[in-house]
Amino acid sequence: MPETNDVIRLSIPAKPEFVGIARLACSGAASRMGYSFDAIEDIKVAVSEACTNAVSHGYKKNGIGQIQIIMECGNEALTLTVLHNGESFDANQALQKLRPIDPSADLDDVNEGGLGLFLINALMDQVTISTECGVAVRMIKFVTRDGVERIANKVSTTE
Amino acid sequence: MNISIEREAKGEKIYLVAVEGEIDVFTAPELKKGLLPLTEIEDGKLILDLNKTKYMDSTALGVIVAALKSAAKHNCRFSVIGMTPRIKRLFEITGLMDLLTRAQISGGSANA
Repeated sequence: MPETNDVIRLSIPAKPEFVGIARLACSGAASRMGYSFDAIEDIKVAVSEACTNAVSHGYKKNGIGQIQIIMECGNEALTLTVLHNGESFDANQALQKLRPIDPSADLDDVNEGGLGLFLINALMDQVTISTECGVAVRMIKFVTRDGVERIANKVSTTE
Repeated sequence: MNISIEREAKGEKIYLVAVEGEIDVFTAPELKKGLLPLTEIEDGKLILDLNKTKYMDSTALGVIVAALKSAAKHNCRFSVIGMTPRIKRLFEITGLMDLLTRAQISGGSANA
């Protein structure tokens, strides 16, 4: 089924005080698309985490850059891409390390950071990270919780 | 997007810190600055009230982990109250809820 996405593009300075603006914009797009309160909150956290990573790691060495936020509003899903041209990282290594806090671990061994990517992964339905040039985090939230199945059903029943 | 951090003395060495607003990468340092010194009170008690916290993410969770660590070092009992279902969910997904519960249990027995 061909689908034209409505696209919203936002560019914010990679500074902490602007992350809230990305959050507000994505929350606006999601609420327009009719997501539930919980799903909107998930989307807000996910986009904030991606922007926070860009602010904290992307431009640590090379001064301040911009973060691009692309919101693609489709019939079935909201796709958010957060990208920056700053410093990259080993995405495979980072993804392998994703885990919640081990409650049995010694308190001293619990890291204060590192939960951002874990949360993005837990709250969004599909996440891809590309680090070829800077970092691009692409996150998809389906309109319904069982969005994947709904799309699959649609394809099989209508064609 | 700002937060207001209200500190109230509830007794000798007992403090309640209530956070109103959104805790993110911009405001988390302010929370850390307000919270950490209170975890350094030997044999103290610190309660963080999130009832009026409208939004938080991993940056806030990081501050809470730091507060837990510091409190443990100073035998200060640190607890979190007033979690909205939304915030509770973040604590549960990340495993921080278990850590908090454990700290409260061990903190309690240490002081008993």
